[in-house]
Amino acid sequence: MDDYRDNPVRPYILTSGRAHPSRNTIRPETLLVVDPDAPPPVSASREHRALLDMCRGVLSLAEAAAHLRLPVSLVVVIASDLVDSGHLSIRSALRHSLPSAELLEKVLDGLRKL
Amino acid sequence: MVSANSDRPEERSDQRYVASTVAQSVKILIVGAFGVGKTTLIDSVSEIAPLRTEETMTSASVGVDSLAGLDDKSTTTVAMDFGRITVSPEVVLYLFGTPGQRRFWDLWEGLAEGAVGALVLVDTRRIEDSFEVFDQLETRTGMPFAVAVNEFPDAPKYDLEQLREALDLLPDTPIIGCDARNKESSAHALITLVEHALHFPASQKALT
Repeated sequence: MDDYRDNPVRPYILTSGRAHPSRNTIRPETLLVVDPDAPPPVSASREHRALLDMCRGVLSLAEAAAHLRLPVSLVVVIASDLVDSGHLSIRSALRHSLPSAELLEKVLDGLRKL
Repeated sequence: MVSANSDRPEERSDQRYVASTVAQSVKILIVGAFGVGKTTLIDSVSEIAPLRTEETMTSASVGVDSLAGLDDKSTTTVAMDFGRITVSPEVVLYLFGTPGQRRFWDLWEGLAEGAVGALVLVDTRRIEDSFEVFDQLETRTGMPFAVAVNEFPDAPKYDLEQLREALDLLPDTPIIGCDARNKESSAHALITLVEHALHFPASQKALT
């Protein structure tokens, strides 16, 4: 049962009480990177700054969340804020359909080289 | 779950970040019951040490069927382990290990949407644990999936076609044996899934 353990309720006060992001274009595998030209945010929480710091290189949202030890659901909200304010860029385009055959072939080629 | 990477950490990239040339990400869900070897499989093929991310759910959303012994708790933490494979200079593949029940997937924003498919890990000692997984994949997602039977040393050996029957799989659904500790074997299971996804009927894709 190592997938479970007790934990206190997370402090959603970090997102000003919001449970949902301002956009629904960010998923766990979405690649994020800081916009190097954007000035630092004027008023940002510690978590907002930590995410910007984490995303100095290209990283998926799930990886950023895991490294920051924050839940994905929380980091999605923070990332949405930072995308809206122009500090964070979405590197990978979001697909609303299943991956194309061309993309699947690339995945197959990569897996066969493992 | 026992980590099986002790013999190969030196192969791992200590590079935290995805290569700057990568502009596309895809994902495969590694689905299965607790202890079936999801993290072991991810560990065997991932270029990074598997990462863990957790979400809290309240008992109201957990339901009553799967948390025997934990029903006095008001909140529960559900963990998801995941790994990464850079499959080309432009494309990175994420492997997300998640419990079989769809209500868990919904804890992670958009986890099930846009996935290549799901690799369902089955333990022949606890076949019945996977029935709900197949029901959900077939009726609720329409996502292509393949079944990998994780061959535990002390598990009873079955013929794969017997298992196909026992699991009531559709004729087209691939089923293969797998040693989740072994990189080549895990990669082969993933390849089987992606090949199946390539030929998955377009009419079924429309369901997603």
